[in-house]
Parts: sequence; C-alpha cells; structure tokens
Amino acid sequence: MSDLRDLYQDVILEHSKAPRNYHELAAANHKAEGFNPLCGDRFTVYLQLEGDTIRDVSFQGSGCAISKASASMMTQSVKGKTMAEAEKLFGRFHDMVTGHAAGGSEPELGKLAVFSGVSEFPVRVKCATLAWHTLHAALEGKQEAISTE
Amino acid sequence: MTTAAKRIDAEHAPSRATPSRFDVEKVREDFPILKHTVRGKPLVYLDNAATSQKPRAVIDAITRYYEGTNANIHRGVHFLSEQATEEYEDVRRTAQEFLNAAHSHEIIFVRGATEGINLVAQSYGRAHVQSGDEILITDMEHHSNIVPWQMLCDERGAKLRVAPINDAGELMLEEFEKLLGPRTKLVAITHVSNALGTINPIRRIVELAHSHHAPVLVDGAQAVPHMKVDVRALDCDFYVFSGHKIYGPTGIGVLYGKSALLEAMPPYQGGGDMIASVTFEKTIYNRLPYKFEAGTPDIAGVIGLGAALKYVSGLGIENIGAYENEVLAYATQKVSAIPDIRLIGTAKEKAGVLSFVLDAIHPHDIGTILDQEGIAIRTGHHCSQPVMKRFGIAATARASFALYNTKAEVDALVRGIEKVREVFA
Repeated sequence: MSDLRDLYQDVILEHSKAPRNYHELAAANHKAEGFNPLCGDRFTVYLQLEGDTIRDVSFQGSGCAISKASASMMTQSVKGKTMAEAEKLFGRFHDMVTGHAAGGSEPELGKLAVFSGVSEFPVRVKCATLAWHTLHAALEGKQEAISTE
Repeated sequence: MTTAAKRIDAEHAPSRATPSRFDVEKVREDFPILKHTVRGKPLVYLDNAATSQKPRAVIDAITRYYEGTNANIHRGVHFLSEQATEEYEDVRRTAQEFLNAAHSHEIIFVRGATEGINLVAQSYGRAHVQSGDEILITDMEHHSNIVPWQMLCDERGAKLRVAPINDAGELMLEEFEKLLGPRTKLVAITHVSNALGTINPIRRIVELAHSHHAPVLVDGAQAVPHMKVDVRALDCDFYVFSGHKIYGPTGIGVLYGKSALLEAMPPYQGGGDMIASVTFEKTIYNRLPYKFEAGTPDIAGVIGLGAALKYVSGLGIENIGAYENEVLAYATQKVSAIPDIRLIGTAKEKAGVLSFVLDAIHPHDIGTILDQEGIAIRTGHHCSQPVMKRFGIAATARASFALYNTKAEVDALVRGIEKVREVFA
C-alpha cells in the first residue's frame, strides 16, 4: 500500500477531484489537443501568450487521476513563466517521472515533486506527461492533435 | 440474477449429491504460471480476453517438437520432416473436429483471428466487392473486424454499414435485418464481444444474411474458449479464431472457410508451399489448404495449438462453459453490488467478460491499484473504440474469465475494487 500512496498522494487526489484552471480560455491565442490512444485520455491546453510570457493558461478534457492532477498542477506552475522557463520545467518534470532526475532535491519543481512516485510506475509516465506534451505543442503553435504514441 | 444466486447457494450447500464435473483446483495445477506471485501477492489473472495462460501440455508439446521433431514440413523426404509434417497435419484434423468442419482442407492456419479476417477481406473481398457494394458489420466489433473492411471499402469505393446495439450491448436484430440488401456483399460479425461479453445469435444472423445471398464471416476469438462452436450447425461461411486466447501459443490461429468459397478465392500471399509449379511464365497454385499457407508456417505454434485444443476437448468445452458461467454470474452479482459501479454490457447471453466503470474513478487508476494487489485486469478501450463511444465513455475496466478462475479470485477482485474506492474516498 505504501507504493500506492507514493503514486496517489493526497495532493494528487485532491487536484484530480477539483482541477484548477479547468475551463476554456476566452483570451487564448494558442491551444493544442493531446491524446493518449492507449487509454483514451484527451486534454486541450489553452494559452494566452503575451510576447514571451504565459499570461494565462487553462485546460479541459478527460483522463485518469494522474493525468488530470498533472494538468491541473502544470497550469499553476507555468502561469507567469516565460516560454523558455516552461519548457525547462517540462524537461525537469520529465526527468523526474521517468526516473532520470540528477538526484537530490529539485527546488525548481516545487509542488510538482509530488509526482516523483510516478517513476515507480512506468506505464503511468504517459499519464503524467500528457498535459505537458500538449503544453509543449501549444507553445510551438502546432495545429494537429498530438499523441503520446 | 436470482437464478445465478440460487445456483451459488446450492453449490455452497454441504450436499455432495451432484459432484461437479469440473475440478478447478485440479485444472489450476495444469497451469505453471498460476503458482507465481505478483508484487508479493498470489497472481489473480483476470485478463483472459487479452490472452490466456498456457497449460503444461501446451508448453511441453512445443518443447517436445523443438527437442525431438524440428524440421521443415511438406518438403523433405527425411524422417524428421515426415514426422513434423504428420504432426502438423494432425492438428489440422484436430481443428476440423474442434469446429466440426466438413473437411480438414477447410482449416487454414494463420497468425491469428486478425490475419484470418485480413485474408478474407483481401482475397474474397477484393474478388467480389465492387464500387457501390456494401459490407455489414456491427457496433460491437473489435478493431480487427472493422479496419480490414474499411481498407477494402476505401479501395473499392464500397460502403461500410454498421448495425447498432442497444443499451445492454445486444445487437438490434431488426435494425441489422433492415441494413441487409442486394448490395450487401458480406457480413462480418463477432461471435462474442471482447469489450461487452455479448453472445450474438449467429445462427439467426447467418439465416438472415443468406436470405440476401451474403456470406458471413464470424470472429470467434472470444467464443471458442467458452462454448462449443459447430460451423456446420451455424452454417457460417468463414470462422476465425486465435490460438493464444484458447490456451495455445501466440502467433497462430485458424481460418475456417467453406470449401467452395475457398476454392474460388485467389491466394492471399505468394511464396513457397502455396504453389504446385512455378515457371517465370506461369505459376499454378497448390490445392487447399496449402494455397493459403505461403512460406514456412509456425510449425511449433500449430503443434502447440493442437495440444491446447486437445486439452480443452479433454476437459469438455460444455463443462468449461458451465463452470465459467457460474463464475461470471457470481462475479456479476458481487461486482454490481459495489456502490457507484456501472456494468458496461448487460446482455442476457454473455460469456467470459465483466466490463465496468466506477463513478469519478478512471479505469487506469483502477487497474494500477488492482495490480498492486496482484490482480491483472485490462483497462482501456479494448480495441473497441466504437463500443466506448456508444456508451459515452473513454474506457472501461474489464475482468475476463477463463476455466482456471475461481470464486475466491472474484472475491479478491471485489476486495481490490473496495480498496480503489478507499484510495479515492
């Protein structure tokens, strides 16, 4: 059961039940759709970019607890950041959930560190990163839905 | 449910007046993998609709073949080749008897149900389907019984028609009948739905299709492990199944086709074994069944399949089906009693599959938590995205049963689902 609690931490469960920034964004000037064909999870990420800065960000869609909580906490983490900062954070987050983190604490990740337990569940890595891949696509201005496969 | 509940009570009664003809504990001894633990817990394998575990008889048959008989078939004059050929062709007769086909040459060895369907789509389909023609399938097909027909329809300018299902997951027969017509060139339908467990009334469907001169292909991948299949009684024109879902190896399966249809069909693949003679000017194709078996086949797979079919026949498919129905009825009763559960697929006639969703908990989360308890189920769309769409969901959790599953394992599943609800409480 302890392993399970590493994955399903209270913060994650709470975000999955009450996701933040979970709405369409009227002022969005970038958006992208992400899809995991293996489980049917599907999210849209909306961005309001002002120059290089993410002025506002939101998401909508359906997915498992991990993917939804990850999307919710991602929107909180990247709001106000520059595109480069958001991409760097994605890199750190990706390294952490795939178990490739350099080791030691990752102060930059902040609250996102609750997802470190995902690295013990390799099949769930795609759940945790779906929203981030979608954000990446939105930042790049991709038009087609991106897929985890 | 009342009948099922009564039957269960009767079985728990101390009376031994009617000893069961099926001893599940003895059967479990035949499957080495069932002795394993997963994450420190006894393995509870409930993903049989994806693939079944293999009995010792199958594992040994494959080992025996590689250790003592390995040679190429239909070619050599030497002892081993003769013996391998004989064993290989013996399995064709075993499969013929298993399906009650009229002739052994109506049994074509393929890689699995998927390849069987593709063979019929590419060979029979391309020879008979023209622009404006129609192929009729149903809303409960596996992707393997959708995509090959879509490919054919795209190529030919034909139309794919889809018969609807009701809220219980049963084919709406009257709507199916309305979709049959002079343009229907083929009907392709699953015998048992992999996502819902629904058993389709194949005999009736074949009658309806034949009254419109449309041949019928039946996808039997989920049916053969659970029930007696008699292709002559069903009068279907093609029947496919995969070995690995009926305790045999992966990579081997059977296409049954009526002799007259197979005879008239062009080959699917060219190569060795499928020819009678080859010159650069002209090739004469081999007779059935070899016309459809180009190249060196999966000989060990065929021998393993033969052992699996014999294993099932030895236990008696009717005994297996009766026992599995008891377990499924018990599981249906227990799981549907869990709060916030919704069963997906509640047909009157079902086999082997219990699909469900939990309010506000995604199937993937259910699967991960059950896995920590050593319980293997499938979560996702089960290669049946149109079924998911029909029920307005993205995915389900699916427990699927085999002859070695027990009511105690169902209890473990129920405890596991309760744990899921605790985590998400």
